[in-house]
Amino acid sequence: MPSGQRTTTVIVGAGQSGLAMSRHLADRSVDHVVLERGVVANSWRSRRASLRLLTPNWMTRLPGFAYTGPDPDGYLSAPQLARLISGYGEAAPVLTGTSVTSVRRQATGYLVDTDQGPWRTSSVVVATGAAALASVPAGLAAQVPAGVVSRTAADYRVPSDLPPGGVLVVGASASGVQIAAELRRSGRPVTLAVGEHVRVPRRYRGRDILWWMDAAGVLDDRFEDQPDPERARNLPSMQLVGSAGDPLDLNALNHLGVRLVGRFAGVRDGCAQFAGSLANVCALADLKLGRLLDRIDGWAARASVEAGRPDRPPPTLVPAPVLSAPFGGDGIRSIVWATGFRPDLSWLDVDVFDRRGRVVHDGGVTAAPGLYVLGMPFQRTRRSTLIDGAGADARELTERLTRRLVLAA
Amino acid sequence: MTTSVVDNGVNVEALLGARTAFADAPQIAQFQWRSTVSWIKGTHSRAGVETFFGFAEEQRHSTDFSFDIDHPLQFAAQDKGITPVEYVLVALGGCLTAGIAAVAQQRGIQLRSVHATVSAEMDLHGILGADPDVRNGFSGVRVEYRIDAEADRQEIEAIVAQSQKRSAVFDILTNPTAVTVSVV
Repeated sequence: MPSGQRTTTVIVGAGQSGLAMSRHLADRSVDHVVLERGVVANSWRSRRASLRLLTPNWMTRLPGFAYTGPDPDGYLSAPQLARLISGYGEAAPVLTGTSVTSVRRQATGYLVDTDQGPWRTSSVVVATGAAALASVPAGLAAQVPAGVVSRTAADYRVPSDLPPGGVLVVGASASGVQIAAELRRSGRPVTLAVGEHVRVPRRYRGRDILWWMDAAGVLDDRFEDQPDPERARNLPSMQLVGSAGDPLDLNALNHLGVRLVGRFAGVRDGCAQFAGSLANVCALADLKLGRLLDRIDGWAARASVEAGRPDRPPPTLVPAPVLSAPFGGDGIRSIVWATGFRPDLSWLDVDVFDRRGRVVHDGGVTAAPGLYVLGMPFQRTRRSTLIDGAGADARELTERLTRRLVLAA
Repeated sequence: MTTSVVDNGVNVEALLGARTAFADAPQIAQFQWRSTVSWIKGTHSRAGVETFFGFAEEQRHSTDFSFDIDHPLQFAAQDKGITPVEYVLVALGGCLTAGIAAVAQQRGIQLRSVHATVSAEMDLHGILGADPDVRNGFSGVRVEYRIDAEADRQEIEAIVAQSQKRSAVFDILTNPTAVTVSVV
């Protein structure tokens, strides 16, 4: 006699994605439970204090929820967002303090083991987030001399976490540029290693860039229409910061006194070596930005939107090349790896991974019947990467999941 | 709207097909490139390039290629071939130009002419051991393209940028590479 409690669907993770899924399943009267290792919105509670959402408050939309606070054009801090998600999840069937230790396929359905006992279910929705673990290039990290302090964008909190002296920030994503600026303002010499990056201005023609991307349909670009889908899902986050002030692009960092160098490529004779390709990655980013703004201008003209003048951001000024910098002493004494995040699915004992350990899915539907993922970058559309994408992706998965239930009944 | 078929002479379908095949059998993507070099006299050597390994088996060029390497008369040499550093410029220009053709083909852009001028600065104090602060290699490399194509300037710049992003020789020149030299 198999033991454990039974439910139709187990959702793993009570963040925005898991709770959006729960809301849709509840609307369809699908019996389910949300298992959460910590408390609701757990990941948002562990982020650095200075972190703010890149999306304006009015875009913090979930099924049955819209922001109605006093500052629709502001940007929530991580604690504010955690409170908001907690309020949103109050009615959901969440079991907090319940860590999933394994998910295994059974003759029918799945066995979900937790530290609070097992569950049997016909379907599982993995909603533990795409940014559970910091992704650090292991081969490169292994070359860094002992004594150099390493942090990641996930465990860095404040500048005083790091020893005095020079800091190398690796990666010019949103986290990388924000952390580089914050460290520079704390008075440290900061070197930012810049690989491929996505440059966008905070505001364009008098409106938030995300207003334009939302209105012009950029966020609705579908994954299957991307000319290079692999690349689309692996793009670094947009160089944005959640504040209405000056843009935080490479020109601004250069002006702040951050030393811009090429991709961190290796260590030789106690010196960090940087790629000589900085000019090209800047050219690629400027060209990509130009195409985005062309698309926005085209849409604005067709839709007769009232907007400010189409003043383009100036090209990225590429500083004179710096190809190496010494570690230790007066040189680089600490590193912050802002080299991306990845999911932690070590507990998922179902064969749905590619050779690089990434879960293979089509819009969140895996090859294992009844196993779904939610909240992955560019899961269905560009919007999937944002909180604002959770609702539509969860609705789509709910369609797929309930259709399967009907077939099985 | 153009109705003519874009043809830059690049079989993009075959290249994309290889990428798909690699996804199914990643080990066939492991290649080894080879060259032999034999000293002739003075600074004159001759390099042969005949075989390579890839797609899980030994491969052979359709012709046995041979290249003379020397230094110019100004170096009191015989100038029987170009210098090794000039081969590096040839390799970079060749790699980027092939990339431009492939990227343009994939983007449906007809090229009419593509000309690159590749130049590199070098301070000979480095290789002569006359100044320890000067490196042996190039202090910088410049590539200037003149491209005539059925595309606007922004599209052409995007092709050139993408070609650098996907270029092996650009990567080899801009990133460190471990080099092991031994005597057997």
